Amino acid sequence: MIAQDRRNGLMIAVHGLVKTIGAQEILRGVDLNVPRGETLAIIGRSGGGKSVLLKHLIGLMRPNAGEIWIEGQNIIDMSERHLASIRQKVGILFQGSALFDSMTVAENIAFPLREAGERDPQVLRERVTEMLEVMELQGQEEKMPVNLSGGMKKRVGLARSIIRQPSCILYDEPIPASIPSFPILSID
Amino acid sequence: MLAADTFQSLFTRRLRWKLFLNQIVEIGLLSQLVVVITGGFTGAVFTAQTYFQFHKIGMGSAVGAVVSVAILRELGPVLTALMVTGRVGAAMSAEIGTMKVTEQIDALRALAVYPTDYLVVPRALAMMVSMPLLVAECIAVGIAVGYFVAIFLLEVNGTYYMANMVRWTRNRDIIMGLSKAFCFGILIVFISCHKGLTAREGAVGVGRATTEAVVNASLAVLISNFFLTMTLNIIYPAGYQ
Repeated sequence: MIAQDRRNGLMIAVHGLVKTIGAQEILRGVDLNVPRGETLAIIGRSGGGKSVLLKHLIGLMRPNAGEIWIEGQNIIDMSERHLASIRQKVGILFQGSALFDSMTVAENIAFPLREAGERDPQVLRERVTEMLEVMELQGQEEKMPVNLSGGMKKRVGLARSIIRQPSCILYDEPIPASIPSFPILSID
Repeated sequence: MLAADTFQSLFTRRLRWKLFLNQIVEIGLLSQLVVVITGGFTGAVFTAQTYFQFHKIGMGSAVGAVVSVAILRELGPVLTALMVTGRVGAAMSAEIGTMKVTEQIDALRALAVYPTDYLVVPRALAMMVSMPLLVAECIAVGIAVGYFVAIFLLEVNGTYYMANMVRWTRNRDIIMGLSKAFCFGILIVFISCHKGLTAREGAVGVGRATTEAVVNASLAVLISNFFLTMTLNIIYPAGYQ
């Protein structure tokens, strides 16, 4: 099954994923295949394990059993440091945006590029401006996250997760909570 | 585990200089007032109390030596460490703990940044640099204030005071104080960062982590001080030899 997945070149392949936290079984044998170019929405009740599944897909949580393959690499046994290469390919927008509250909007958006080694202020400024325009956040670059609305935080978080142009984006609850939540896996 | 991970990062990963310098300011520069007041008043009180006892047996001029050696070997490092624990350790634990419960550390990991490299290494290195300097400052201020209290308030003979102090204070006393400072700095930074990184359950969890960081680091300083004293005294024995 795994060998076949690798041949097929799936972006994400999940097999028999099990996660229990305490006595509660969050994920029970989840199987999931996501080819390149596909957008997949996962809909479910609150507390059903959607966010937990997304966190497993980039190695933020470790399963009790099962396999997770990203672009043909099994990430289950990878160390935290080795997972960095996977995380450069997969972006995630967190449910609560998870912006760095000690940084401005512009610094938050530029953060992934800086950490990837980009030091040219001109390049950083251009890329941040581009992202601000795409997200309709012009003029907000010097604001701190605490001064942003929930929707603006989401857009800043999205800008931060796509500025490095990952192959795949995981959106955890991309639309307001008043509408039933559904994480989306968007794969370029 | 955290300490091993940090030392591995120190030697194998690039240092984030801006974060390191920010922490130097936070730990070293912004602790100045606390350390100066601690050193000054400790030196003043210790000088006065020692004088009150020594004066009865006609040894008032020996106060300088006692104050100098005690501040260098024990009071300076321990009191500075306790003050830094309260001021810096609590802040570190609260800041990292808040980042943990608001998923900011998960965000760091998701952006391919290893949290130890980004959060712990700059703090640890800044603490290792700042702590000996803060202790040196505390000791210097304590001895200087002790001198002024002895000479101008208690009217001890200044010449004998200085002569005894210089005679009985050795380089090994300075080395012992600074060695302790370095060890205490390591204890404070790792206990505080560890408590922050393992914080859970929202604001209550952050509060609990901060309290535990301060209490555990303070106890670690006091307990380790005994063992450091016993060990370092073998290498750097006290007294005139």
